[in-house]
Amino acid sequence: MAESLLKVTGLTKAYGALVACDGVDLDIAPGEVHAVIGPNGAGKTTLIGQLAGELRPDSGRVSFAGRDITHLPIHVRSARGLARSFQITSVFPRFSALDNVALAVQAHAGGNFRFWADARKDSTLRDPAFACLERVGLAARAKVPARVLAHGEQRQLELAMALATDPRLVLLDEPTAGMGREDSARMVTLLTGLKGKIAMLLVEHDMDAVFALADRISVMVGGRVIATGRPDEVRANTEVRRAYLGEDEIA
Amino acid sequence: MNLRRALLFGGLAFALLLPLLAGALGLDYAVGIATRILILALAGIGLNLILGYGGMISFGHAAFFGLGGYVVAILSRHEMRGEPFMTWPFEVAGTDQAILAWPAAMLACALAALVIGAISLRTSGLYFIMITLAFAQMLFFFFVSLETYGGDDGLSLLSRSAAGPLDLHDPAQFYYLVLVLVLIALLATARWANARFGLALQGIRDNERRMRALGFATTRTKLTAFVISGAIVGLAGALMVNHTEFVSPAFLSWQRSGEILVIVVLGGMGTVFGPLAGAVVFFMLEEVLSQWTQHWMVIFGPLLVLAVLFAKQGLWGLVAAKLDRRG
Repeated sequence: MAESLLKVTGLTKAYGALVACDGVDLDIAPGEVHAVIGPNGAGKTTLIGQLAGELRPDSGRVSFAGRDITHLPIHVRSARGLARSFQITSVFPRFSALDNVALAVQAHAGGNFRFWADARKDSTLRDPAFACLERVGLAARAKVPARVLAHGEQRQLELAMALATDPRLVLLDEPTAGMGREDSARMVTLLTGLKGKIAMLLVEHDMDAVFALADRISVMVGGRVIATGRPDEVRANTEVRRAYLGEDEIA
Repeated sequence: MNLRRALLFGGLAFALLLPLLAGALGLDYAVGIATRILILALAGIGLNLILGYGGMISFGHAAFFGLGGYVVAILSRHEMRGEPFMTWPFEVAGTDQAILAWPAAMLACALAALVIGAISLRTSGLYFIMITLAFAQMLFFFFVSLETYGGDDGLSLLSRSAAGPLDLHDPAQFYYLVLVLVLIALLATARWANARFGLALQGIRDNERRMRALGFATTRTKLTAFVISGAIVGLAGALMVNHTEFVSPAFLSWQRSGEILVIVVLGGMGTVFGPLAGAVVFFMLEEVLSQWTQHWMVIFGPLLVLAVLFAKQGLWGLVAAKLDRRG
């Protein structure tokens, strides 16, 4: 395998007696779609939080593109090409869809201390932003305030914002959460279109989406990664069947 | 949009003609009142930058208002007495020149805001309100105990600042100078609200976590806004001490902080003209109601509650929405 883009070793995070992440190791190659699955409370969101830089791990190491980022603040990670999208839709409701994405472009274009020029007329922000909206199929809704967009559209917008930061790796926290079958299928198609260009770490409950997208899957149970492999390997893994898939069927 | 423009030009024309009108009608004191309203509006414009556009509720902005006032008064006193303000590590003479004293007031407030902001912005929400209040109270008691400069009794400004060809003792000239400064502040607000800085600030107001994830160094942006805000309120304080020719610790009282907050909230947070509208209405209500009863706050309080409940963007937001609907 090529040199990994993201390398996680021994990542541990505890909340009091509850160990949410217990020595997690993870490798993501450039362009790889790597899904993390597991039952509720397995520590997936805690893992994403630590990778994004919102949570401080108790121990362990995260390196990105060959450099240690374990202790870097979130906005510096983003500048290096590590983007995240949120499980709960987290757009700017008062701004238009285009404003939302333009803000994401601005995050890396800099110039945040320009006080005079009208940023809404700045083609260096607006053009790339519009291109991102086109990429996720939202160009027609560019001028609509984000709060008016339908749920599925807001998720698309969320993705457009992550793309606008020109990432090398996107942390996708349940991109199809709360979506109907149709929206969900559209999101999977969208993500499939990005495969190979951008590496993705995908936390997802929708197994159809996971098996359609993932190059490799890691299974988390009780804060530990109990198996990692290609989808067919994971499907065949008896430990996984017992600990996770089987449990799911009983529930 | 046209109606809105008509209202703005009408307001501007009225503001420009006010000293003439007042003179013609024999209401000379009106110029002084208008000057006072404009100065409070300027303080409101300063606070609005962080409150309305940045979502930071500072309950301590009177600190900058008072500090700005004291800087002008103290420098002027040293000038009068011919004593340097300080001799170590370098000598700073007193001055009564507006061109020196007012920027000095703004600079002092910017530095104070840098320190207060750097500490306060580690918190948010209720804690931010409390810590800004605490800093303002610290400065309040600092000036109360500063016997050299009058302590509790305050400090008189023997003469208004010298401003080149302008004579600030002339009410109309002082009024026009304040008006120009307010217009500049309004224009600047309108510009930065839509510039990269303003959009970043509003993004932080609406969802700071998301902004950080996008790659914004949000604390730096907020601190910058806090410093600019402090400097503008400091200028308002420098103007107010020229207006009243007196400064006392009351300039820094928490009631004054509340007054500036009320002006912004009543007029419309995050709108360009909100603080101006708020200052006008606040002062008018105070004038009218206090003639009725000494306890005018009893009536004003519920009015403010109604304004907050029924006009989320304040009075100006209400007016602007009406005007936009009519086209």
